[in-house]
Amino acid sequence: MPNFIDRRLNPKDRSLGNRRRFLKRVHDELKRTIRDKVKSEKIADIDAAHGVPIPKRGADEPSFQHSGGSGERNYVLPGNEVFSPGDRIRKPEAGAGGGGGRGRGRGEDADDFLFVLSREEVLDLFFEDLELPDMVKLNLKETVTYKSHRVGFTTSGTPSNINVGRTMRNSFGRRIALRRPGEKEIAALSEEIAALEAAAEPSRQQRQRLKQLREDLDLLERRRRRIAYVDPVDVRFNRFERQPLPNASAVMFCLMDVSASMGEREKDLAKRFFVLLHLFLKRRYERIEIVFIRHTDEAREVDEETFFFSKQSGGTVVSTALEEMVRVITDRYPSNIWNIYAAQASDGDNASGDSERCATLLRDTLMKLCQYYAYVEIIDERESEIFGTTDNGTSLWRAYRTVDGAVRNFQMTRIARPSDIYPVFRKLFARNQPDQLRR
Amino acid sequence: MAKEPVSTLLFEGSEWNFTTLSRAYEAIKEIAIGEMGLDVYPNQIEVISSEQMLDAYSSVGMPLMYQHWSFGKRFVFENELYRKGRRGLAYELVINSNPCITYLMDENTMPMQALVTAHASFGHNHFFKNNYLFRQWTDAGAILGYMDFAKKYIAKCEERHGLAAVEEILDSAHALMDQGVFHYRRPPRLSSEKVRERARERLEYEEQTYSDLWRTLPTATGSVGVEEAEREAGERKKVLNLPEENLLYFLEKHSIILEPWQREILRIVRVIAQYFYPQGQTKVMNEGCATYVHYTIINRLFDQGRMSEGAMLELLASHANVVFQPNFDDPRFSGINPYALGFAMMQDIERICTAPTAEDRDWFPNIAGNGDCMGTLKDAWENHRDESFILQYLSPALIRKFRLFQLSDRSADTFCEVASIHDERGYSAVRAGLARNYDPGANRPDIQVIDVDLLGDRQLRLRHRIKNGILLDEGRRDATLTHIRRLWGYDVSLAGVDDATDRVVYECSSKVS
Repeated sequence: MPNFIDRRLNPKDRSLGNRRRFLKRVHDELKRTIRDKVKSEKIADIDAAHGVPIPKRGADEPSFQHSGGSGERNYVLPGNEVFSPGDRIRKPEAGAGGGGGRGRGRGEDADDFLFVLSREEVLDLFFEDLELPDMVKLNLKETVTYKSHRVGFTTSGTPSNINVGRTMRNSFGRRIALRRPGEKEIAALSEEIAALEAAAEPSRQQRQRLKQLREDLDLLERRRRRIAYVDPVDVRFNRFERQPLPNASAVMFCLMDVSASMGEREKDLAKRFFVLLHLFLKRRYERIEIVFIRHTDEAREVDEETFFFSKQSGGTVVSTALEEMVRVITDRYPSNIWNIYAAQASDGDNASGDSERCATLLRDTLMKLCQYYAYVEIIDERESEIFGTTDNGTSLWRAYRTVDGAVRNFQMTRIARPSDIYPVFRKLFARNQPDQLRR
Repeated sequence: MAKEPVSTLLFEGSEWNFTTLSRAYEAIKEIAIGEMGLDVYPNQIEVISSEQMLDAYSSVGMPLMYQHWSFGKRFVFENELYRKGRRGLAYELVINSNPCITYLMDENTMPMQALVTAHASFGHNHFFKNNYLFRQWTDAGAILGYMDFAKKYIAKCEERHGLAAVEEILDSAHALMDQGVFHYRRPPRLSSEKVRERARERLEYEEQTYSDLWRTLPTATGSVGVEEAEREAGERKKVLNLPEENLLYFLEKHSIILEPWQREILRIVRVIAQYFYPQGQTKVMNEGCATYVHYTIINRLFDQGRMSEGAMLELLASHANVVFQPNFDDPRFSGINPYALGFAMMQDIERICTAPTAEDRDWFPNIAGNGDCMGTLKDAWENHRDESFILQYLSPALIRKFRLFQLSDRSADTFCEVASIHDERGYSAVRAGLARNYDPGANRPDIQVIDVDLLGDRQLRLRHRIKNGILLDEGRRDATLTHIRRLWGYDVSLAGVDDATDRVVYECSSKVS
């Protein structure tokens, strides 16, 4: 008989530590890959597992190896059908020596080979330069929030969840049904026995009575032992059910200035800003729709592809975008059903005189409909030092300042780096939120 | 033609449980030990899931292994191939240890479990216990204990010196794994846990009590004559035991910048490389032996009426897959399949022993028709490695069967030339050529430490003996030299010398990383 061991229940993630080390090692390259993905993929698709190529740099394992293209070799191969000694075979064009199989190193198989990063790992990489507080990161990664509610009883559970009242009630009923002798009964018998035992000269009748009583007591004691006071069948536990927190539908408006002044860098930053808002909404709402509105001197609702990638020329009139948004809301997203979130990205350029109009639109119409409105103005890194926190700046910025003071749920900030994005959302991620949601 | 009663079957259907496993094991053991006369280590059979099999894959098949990112990389790679269905998992994994550990996958069907038990727990096990290479170069009794120590030791180092520092040393050591093996002299046995503990304590003590005051500075000896210098060089080489083929060993013993724990890590990597060294040299024989054993045993079980026809068909199908050899021009071709060649050779030896032709009597006068095929096979399994085994036993009949031919490939030419084929004139050449392809000495780069300047700039000199003009891949060569430099602490130079002419073909040195 050999020694059979069943190891199937042993932990199976022995390689997980090694995998984590590997990811750490190639971290920089993975981050670049994810950043490219954020640029090229749809906002709603970022929040998922992604296939990424196995990075080459930093993960190579060099050793002394013969190079393929030098010297003289002999191969012995199976399956000769037509050759005779002295025949010459033209070599294949690119390397691969005599029929393949040789000169293929350990690492080379790994070329153009995708492996899957889990959603968590992708988000970790995405969050990296955004400098989100840890609590927020955790919140975003959590898929659905649940709350435990008590619903009824169950026969199994942890000791801490025992429902004492219900358990004792069951126990009591069972004791009555099975006629478990009570304390009083036994005490009465014992007393009588003690009285009889105390008699100096017990008569025959008394002795017989004593014997009878002792047998009764014995029977009762045995019965008591057999029928437990609290039996496992009596025990009841409180039952909890995890219920997802109430969710509803939300619509997210992405507004962006696509005039020529918005370059690659600006669009990249804007996209991260939109992705972050989307992640937040996804955590909180069951259904999210995204509306993309881009504008130059006129605004149009477009699909995501066009929004980020196609070029358009023209001036800049920001208020057209806001008007388009109002139109879409009245058409399709009545604010009593939908939670409306908006994110606007711009470099601050605007036609003269239009900024005031924007501020009025926001204050009087939009902010009454919106849950939240975030505005980021993407500026040069050099500019960020000049402007700092001052209110100087573009006309749009100054106009929006007036809204910021007057309305709740309006946030604005200037960003030059990915790490600047978070503050505009700070209020969104503050803990005591649910009360503001419309159901 | 009486129908066999059902009760003689070891198992029915494809479901397995531990009762059927051990019933099959007993029946297999009866045949393997009783009839075939195999000699095996005690068996330990462990059932694992496919995830655990993937885990085992990526840590080079050892049940215990220290942590390193390269295993994670392998894991990611294997995992993805498996998930995409581009590669199946092995049915079993067997470890050369005493007791011999065999992993069975829980997804296997019962007939497969029986096949795998015969293949690994008896075939491979017999080979591990008896083959001279394994007996001389590995220590089956101590390896698991050693791996346990290695894992704990490296974890402790990570705790004490930081992940990054340990990873650096391991990276460099891994780069030299192929050069970390004694090819010609036998490595010392693994010491027991207690002895290792004592040695380590001593090292730690030395570390603590070392005082710079005691350093003896070399006395400057003005001008030294050429003769004097040469004599010194000779002496130095003698002291350092140069030339040295085991680079890891040399660095572990003589590098002055390494701390004791770093030396211990080099040692661990070296011991593991040495442990796997025989496996690389006996792939064909080892698999051939195991495949032959399982094939014989399942046929015997079937003849005894202990296995159903359905199970037998399933096993024959998977056996045929395992020993399938595509031709060189087949898109599935990726070299000679060691299972196919090994199994065919074992069967061929059986044929030569029991039913030889005139040709076999010519070629194998010693064994042809001796009637003792098990004895002949066991003798071969015990005393050969792939290279010598093929040189000794590959018969013309088999060369014809595989239609082997030899192709010579000179890098300067635009064509390959067919040197010899399976005909009267070609047999010996094909056989010798195939054997040479299995000779690790001929196929791995021969790089040795030849000198070191101990008192001057401490440069380490390596020499690559170039055989048949085959050079090293330059990118990897330079990257590896950087690793050697890290372990040595001073400049390292490598000179490529042509083996035939002693002409220096190239010279290069490490670049500071």
